[in-house]
Amino acid sequence: MKKSKIIMIIGSLLLLGLFKFPLWNITLEAPQYPIPLGMNIHIDKFSDMHEFDIKNINLMNHYVGMQYIPETIPEFKIFPIVIGVMVLLGVIIGFIGKYKWYLGWFILMSALGIAGMYDFYLWEYDYGHNLDPNAIMNFKNPDGSIMGFQPPLFGSKDILNFTAHSYPMTGAWMMFAGMMLTVVAFFLGKKEAQ
Amino acid sequence: MKRIIKSIFLFVITATLVVSCAPTEKKGSKSNKGALAGNAAEKVYVAPGEHDSHYAFISGGFSGQLAVYGLPSGRLFRVIPVFSQDPEKGYGYSEETKPMLMTSHGFVPWGDSHHPDISQTKGSVDGRWVFINENNTPRIARISLKTFETEEIIEIPNSAGNHSSSFVTENSEYVVAGTRFSVPFPQKDMPISEMKGNFSGALSFLKIDPEHGHMNIEFQIKMPGFSYDLSHPGRGKSHGWFFFSTYNTEEANSLLEVNASQNDKDFIAAINWKKIEEYVKNGGGKKMPTNYAHNTWDDDTHTATTEWKKEVLVVDPKEVPGAFYFLPTAKSPHGCDVDPTGEYIIGNGKLAAQMTIHSFSKMQKAIADKAFDGDAYGIPILKFDAVNYGILPNPGLGPLHTEFDTRGNAYTTFFISSEVVKWNVKDLKVLDRHKVYYSVGHLMIPGGNSQTPDDKYLVAMNKITKDRYLPTGPEVCQSAQLFDISGEKMELLLDFPTIGEPHYAAGIAADKIKALQPTKIFKLADNKHPYAVKNEAETKVVRKGNEVHISMTMIRSHFSPDNIEGVKVGDKVFFHVTNLEQDYDVPHGISMIGANTSELLIMPGRTTTFTWEPKEVGVWPFYCTDFCSALHQEMQGYVRVSPKGSNVPISFTLDGDVPGEEE
Repeated sequence: MKKSKIIMIIGSLLLLGLFKFPLWNITLEAPQYPIPLGMNIHIDKFSDMHEFDIKNINLMNHYVGMQYIPETIPEFKIFPIVIGVMVLLGVIIGFIGKYKWYLGWFILMSALGIAGMYDFYLWEYDYGHNLDPNAIMNFKNPDGSIMGFQPPLFGSKDILNFTAHSYPMTGAWMMFAGMMLTVVAFFLGKKEAQ
Repeated sequence: MKRIIKSIFLFVITATLVVSCAPTEKKGSKSNKGALAGNAAEKVYVAPGEHDSHYAFISGGFSGQLAVYGLPSGRLFRVIPVFSQDPEKGYGYSEETKPMLMTSHGFVPWGDSHHPDISQTKGSVDGRWVFINENNTPRIARISLKTFETEEIIEIPNSAGNHSSSFVTENSEYVVAGTRFSVPFPQKDMPISEMKGNFSGALSFLKIDPEHGHMNIEFQIKMPGFSYDLSHPGRGKSHGWFFFSTYNTEEANSLLEVNASQNDKDFIAAINWKKIEEYVKNGGGKKMPTNYAHNTWDDDTHTATTEWKKEVLVVDPKEVPGAFYFLPTAKSPHGCDVDPTGEYIIGNGKLAAQMTIHSFSKMQKAIADKAFDGDAYGIPILKFDAVNYGILPNPGLGPLHTEFDTRGNAYTTFFISSEVVKWNVKDLKVLDRHKVYYSVGHLMIPGGNSQTPDDKYLVAMNKITKDRYLPTGPEVCQSAQLFDISGEKMELLLDFPTIGEPHYAAGIAADKIKALQPTKIFKLADNKHPYAVKNEAETKVVRKGNEVHISMTMIRSHFSPDNIEGVKVGDKVFFHVTNLEQDYDVPHGISMIGANTSELLIMPGRTTTFTWEPKEVGVWPFYCTDFCSALHQEMQGYVRVSPKGSNVPISFTLDGDVPGEEE
């Protein structure tokens, strides 16, 4: 089998890591939390970084009127299907071995990824801004608008007494690596075709 | 004129005295400066946020409790309630903890805690449990070092003044209890003056369950009616033996300070518990009817229960030849200590100006040779010269207790001359001495009762402090003094005050306890308390006759329910309160105006109960007593109390709704 084919297959199989490892992590640091509170986001669930972290994040957040982190969201049904289909598609394309399709797969995956991130951003925005009007504490920005508590999409941000960190986790890194491999497969395939 | 001359003369004498005293004063104050001398301050400084290297468990004496300190800082972390009620923690007040203080004499709210000792594995302290004895109403408690809470208290029958206790053998096979005030065995009505020969001193061996630590009185030895003061297990080569110091071998029943101090030598009782174990296993001993309480705490139901034991297996020393010997030891020995190798058995003859050092190997030979000097109540007395390794002459006045390092040195406290003396056991030579302030009782080297003492620190526990601290009226604190013993000379590092009377202590490297991962929270899911509620929707108020049971929850920062009506004067109201938190260090408290009990302090995931019998109609508030959050001040609720016979129905709400039934 051609090298490019193998790399394409391996690249798409790496996405399977998402079924085992978390995609993203949000960690909240504060002086009272020498062990920070953290939540892992998987393609099919939220999970505690340490036992009971989500419960304790909810408890913290209720002071400023934020909603509880839901047990589940509709995306948790869709994401596994999308990833499953993409893995299958990638493997099939790999076997067929048309290198141009490799790039096609990559572009499709990137588009889906961006859509996913945008969806995540929308959820975060709602989570941080859709506040209970009877919240115990209300904070306003210097311009008079109501302060939101949206965690960063990527990177670190100070929110009141917390510093929130939002970064990709193992599952995402495996996905990125897999996607890069499909690009490698494309160029290698192109070279092999010449 | 004569008068003037006289007064001038007096003045001169006084001045001379003052002047001549001054240099010695200075010298004295220099040596007791502790932290200011050398780099002592650095040695005890634990920077903010850093941890101490050792735990010290120091008995609270007549407070009945056990205090947990850090070494070398001397900081007090926690007072573990053991034998006394503690309103701060609701211990002995809450319905769940009341059974811990149950005895055959009924509920006893107070105890006199004495000698903590840490459980051991293979001759080293393992940090699983601390055992501590109660002297007044004889009991032994076991404290878990996962929760730092008292898990078990067992009463010792046929005993009085449980002093020579609660020392643990090198694999935690047994913890022992003894008798300091011999009594009729079993108790009976008889003239006090007929004590001699008719009283007994029970020595009890409590088997420790290796997995859960539960204690069981395996056998009780009916010893002659002496006073059994302290004890220590044999270790290494002498493992299988236990040694008890005795005084009042005169068997005096009055003015003991004189009448129990007539014999120049009392005894150390050497007891081969392995032999007795075997004897008992083969059906030996006699079951005697008795009645005592065995109280155990369950971390699943968060509740203590009392079991009444009706029998005890009694062993008569005469029936087990070869298991009991007396070793003559200089005058009224207090501490009875065994060095890390198990070879030397040291009697701290508190009324003698010498220390008696016995040799285990010589004792073995003396037994083989039958080198006896008569017997006492059928127990052979070994010839002094046949068992004695040597005498440490004139080491100080009033030796009380000795512990050891791993370099062959012993450290002994001298109560009367108020000093700690370091001496070499083999050479019988004094190496160093240091004053303590004042009147030291016991001392502690972490791992001191084991084969592997930790040679760094020594804590001396003093009975008197007088001018050592800021005055606080007639009652001033007792204290501990920390020494660095890693060098040739002992160096005084620190004074720190203690609670109650620090009789004795046990220490251990902090890492050993940290490795066992002390509990942070109790899992709500594992809570099996019959009145536990796992979420607010389950909270309720139920009337059963004149009892009202409130199943309530607490979480930052409210109670559920927090408005309760339908309670009537004459009711007995049970607040069963569950802390729904599952976060470390978020306890909540609760107290009710006029409740004739203490507050409750409830750890995350735990359910605890207090009762309230309202006597007046009205609307009465309750609130959270432990600052839990920014909304702690808002954490409160009301109970409406209606007159007797009123028909206000039971109702309970949170924010206007029945919890769990949202609008």
